[in-house]
Amino acid sequence: MSDLLPLLTQQLFNGLSLGAIYALIAIGYTMVYGIIGMINFAHGEIYMIGAYVGLVTLSAIGVGSGLPLPLMVLVMLIMAVLVTAVYGFAVEKIAYAPLRNSPRLVPLISAIGMSIFLQNWVATGQGARDMAVPALITGSFNFTVGGSDFSVTAPYSRILIIVVTVLMMIGLTLFIKYSRTGQASRACSQDLRMANLLGIDTGRIISITFMIGAMLAAVGGVLIALAIGKLNPFIGFIAGIKAFTAAVLGGIGSIPGAMLGGVLLGLAETFAAAFISSQYKDIVAFLLLVFILLFRPTGLLGKPEVEKV
Amino acid sequence: MNQNLKNAAIASLLAGVIIAPVYGLQILRRGQETYLQPEWKMILGGMLAVFVIQLVNAWLRQRRAGKVAAPSRFRIPAISDKLRHRAIMVLVLFALAWPFFTGRAQVDIATLVLIYVMLGLGLNIVVGFAGLLDLGFVGFYATGAYTYALLYHWAGWGFWEALPLAGLVSAFFGFILGFPVLRLRGDYLAIVTLGFGEIIRLLLINLNEFTGGPDGISGIPKPSFFGYQMVRRSMDGTPTFHELMGWSFNSQDVVIYLYLMALVLVLFTLYFTSRLIRMPIGRAWEALREDEIACRSLGLNPRNIKLSAFTMGAMFAGFGGAFFAARQGLVNPESFTFIESALILAIVVLGGMGSQLGVILAAVLLTVIPEIAREFAEYRMLIFGLVMVVMMVWRPQGLLPVKRPQVELES
Repeated sequence: MSDLLPLLTQQLFNGLSLGAIYALIAIGYTMVYGIIGMINFAHGEIYMIGAYVGLVTLSAIGVGSGLPLPLMVLVMLIMAVLVTAVYGFAVEKIAYAPLRNSPRLVPLISAIGMSIFLQNWVATGQGARDMAVPALITGSFNFTVGGSDFSVTAPYSRILIIVVTVLMMIGLTLFIKYSRTGQASRACSQDLRMANLLGIDTGRIISITFMIGAMLAAVGGVLIALAIGKLNPFIGFIAGIKAFTAAVLGGIGSIPGAMLGGVLLGLAETFAAAFISSQYKDIVAFLLLVFILLFRPTGLLGKPEVEKV
Repeated sequence: MNQNLKNAAIASLLAGVIIAPVYGLQILRRGQETYLQPEWKMILGGMLAVFVIQLVNAWLRQRRAGKVAAPSRFRIPAISDKLRHRAIMVLVLFALAWPFFTGRAQVDIATLVLIYVMLGLGLNIVVGFAGLLDLGFVGFYATGAYTYALLYHWAGWGFWEALPLAGLVSAFFGFILGFPVLRLRGDYLAIVTLGFGEIIRLLLINLNEFTGGPDGISGIPKPSFFGYQMVRRSMDGTPTFHELMGWSFNSQDVVIYLYLMALVLVLFTLYFTSRLIRMPIGRAWEALREDEIACRSLGLNPRNIKLSAFTMGAMFAGFGGAFFAARQGLVNPESFTFIESALILAIVVLGGMGSQLGVILAAVLLTVIPEIAREFAEYRMLIFGLVMVVMMVWRPQGLLPVKRPQVELES
């Protein structure tokens, strides 16, 4: 039984790094939902585009350019964040802003259209096949647990995911809590119309929300591309649905909920893959989504919603 | 004007940022090195286009601002009941005549159109009439297709015995899946149904021994004609259709026969759904779509009504799926991805939610245009996504919206 502990630790680590990515994407869903009450269906695609921008930047610098590694990763992240912020802005202006007062289904369908468009936008622009990402961050940190012979492998690229995610979360929490824009965005998520009456430029806050969500997803995209080493234009779809599951699990509209939900989903998925079957790991995520919505639609940290006439 | 110029300049700058990493800088790979190949024409052309569009747009808006709100532009009138009936009659006659003056390829495409019409009419019940956004419709389509395929594979059933069962099994799936989720609000429902669709597909892939896994099941026979098979030589010595008629075997006949079968199924679906919508249950669907709370306060049971719509839609998807399996001769999970759901949804949305004539028109458009524009096949889904967004922004009621039965008070 002494092998169980390292195995558990290994899965815990894998689950945490996967969950960190889900959490980064989930925040985008939850923030947008919190303010305008709509599922941003195209959000998964933004994550995918972030990963592509990272790869384009890396190719522009050149792997063998002699630039120090941390700087190279930083430049990739910054470029991805800047470009996807523009994408987030444009998506909101094109597919959501004109439909602010339409029936619920209308913006949802336009968002699905946007998601299909963005997938194929990248597929036609950069090719639909798998694209290899040069392995920038190699090596791993190995350690043993509990005197077992088996060592736990923690690749540096995955450690980076966890570290950067934690930093982003802290940054976002501080931003939401203390900055003027953050306060305005909290006001908007409580009551959009009232916030508008009190002189908050709600259109601007909605744009910023889409941009922040896009930026966080892009960070996730770049980091996962570096860790996995390949990407294609269709990775955003499944990742998006899973991140949405994470957002619902944590309670949609709640930012700490999205963080928690992401980590829990990542853990659930890795453990299911390790102990049940790796073929069924996607099913686990979907089943989890169905069951949360059935038994606790408000999620773990969400507030119950009252339907008004 | 100055402000407009500034806005247009910003917009074109943003467009540049959007285009550059995807179309402007192609990632190429030579050995271990990746490098970029810039496409300046793409970037600058896109920026210029956005700049001009923004300016023209602003100019139009200013011109319009002076006048009293102009009567809405591009207006396609809602068609009256009488006109619609006539249009459908003409369409049916046209569809009947179609295989006799066109070639094999055209009949084949027309059969595909009919399958999508059937699916569109089925989804129209759920999305158009009852207002429930179902993104997992393809799951029921797959259920129907696999019901026939599996019944043939494991029990040797023919198409006509399997068809009602395919519809029933799909309806049953719709019922048990719909039962728990239909109390969810619109957008949650959309995601959960999407999840169900994916679960069904993943199960089909992973239940290797039973469903044939990713390869699926092949060699599924075409429908027979009252027991007479439509093949060159029957396996078990029973007389084939062409022997019965005293014709020589012609594979063109099989295509035409399949087409006519599809047409019969579509006509049945069309008749059935247009009757349903006039029944109390159909009225209840529409009422529920308009205002759930009002419905509940009038004593309607929203869950049962939604469930009936969901089940009914799933049933037609099952019929469509069984026919699809018979036509293709093989089924595999590849045919039942989310994109297929989105395509069927786009047919309903483009046609005008709740409009049957619209569904037919949209199914024709969305199936035939990609066949004609084969050289643009790569861009098919790109344009398709764009059309969905543009339709929602410009004309959310669809191409041929229905005229709702209504009474207006004279003031």
